Amino acid sequence: MRLEDLTRLNRARAERRAAVVLTDLASAQMSLVLEGDAVEGPRGEAIAQALRTGKAAHVEIEGQSLFINVYLPPPRIVVIGAVHISQALARLAPVAGYDLTIIDPRTAFATDERFEGVTLVADWPEDVLKETPLDSYTALAAVTHDPKIDDFPLSAALSAGCFYVGALGSRKTHAKRVERLTDMGNTAEEIARIAAPIGLDIGAATPAEIALATLAQIVQAFRCRDLVTGR
Amino acid sequence: MNAPERLDPLTTAEAWKNAGREVALATVVETWGSAPRQAGSHLVIDGDGNFEGSVSGGCVEGAVITEAMDVIASGKAKMLEFGVADETAWRVGLSCGGRIKVFVERLG
Repeated sequence: MRLEDLTRLNRARAERRAAVVLTDLASAQMSLVLEGDAVEGPRGEAIAQALRTGKAAHVEIEGQSLFINVYLPPPRIVVIGAVHISQALARLAPVAGYDLTIIDPRTAFATDERFEGVTLVADWPEDVLKETPLDSYTALAAVTHDPKIDDFPLSAALSAGCFYVGALGSRKTHAKRVERLTDMGNTAEEIARIAAPIGLDIGAATPAEIALATLAQIVQAFRCRDLVTGR
Repeated sequence: MNAPERLDPLTTAEAWKNAGREVALATVVETWGSAPRQAGSHLVIDGDGNFEGSVSGGCVEGAVITEAMDVIASGKAKMLEFGVADETAWRVGLSCGGRIKVFVERLG
């Protein structure tokens, strides 16, 4: 691989664009294909398959032994609420390879001092999600407990097909939330996708442990999702 | 470079090369049976044997690094294959019982 190609590949990955690298194993010649580039014929089909499944493959095409490596954008976590749990989650997520954004309109919570080096937006989720919509590569965790802040993004995450939707709160809190989300027009099947209480049941007690349990649950949802439906 | 960036071998490879270091890129291209890292996983190695990333659970990295020194010196890419460890023959291998193929090339 040449440095110019590696630089282009790394730039595409940083911009959350899917990329495919084809290496001719006999000559070590490589070519880089970015999402949206048109490639004809059997190569194009193999590339499309790699992008669809996210799996690298060694294939024989027209007498050439090719290795197709695929680089999909890393899954992203959107956290609603700049609270103590989010501070721990913001440190854990990058280690696991997940991008993370925190949204909280309460400027007392959403300060750069509490979230140094973290993508933090001190605005209402309604406004932020209009600019950067949720998608199936995104996990949403709502952790403010405040219906005014949490409900809209939860409903939006269900509509957008986020691969994970979690909400902090006791079973009692969640029961009331279910009523409100129903009133907002979400179906019972959609609402049943919400992980609540949030996080895998590992007996987490501290904010950091709840963050870890939540991240583990997000990984589980991502790795066990159905690649056809995205869920 | 901060910690998460250092965990990404391709980012490391670019930074090393730009700093004037010789770099080899090793990639798992095929796996059979139980293998610790899936196809597409990278290990990057510099001319002094420093490395980031992985192609196994630590079982064959030593051998890949040694071969990468050759690849850096010659510029010729290599395909390596590792199977089950044979302790009596002192051969490196995978204790998990799988087999992997690793492609090693020089970053130009």
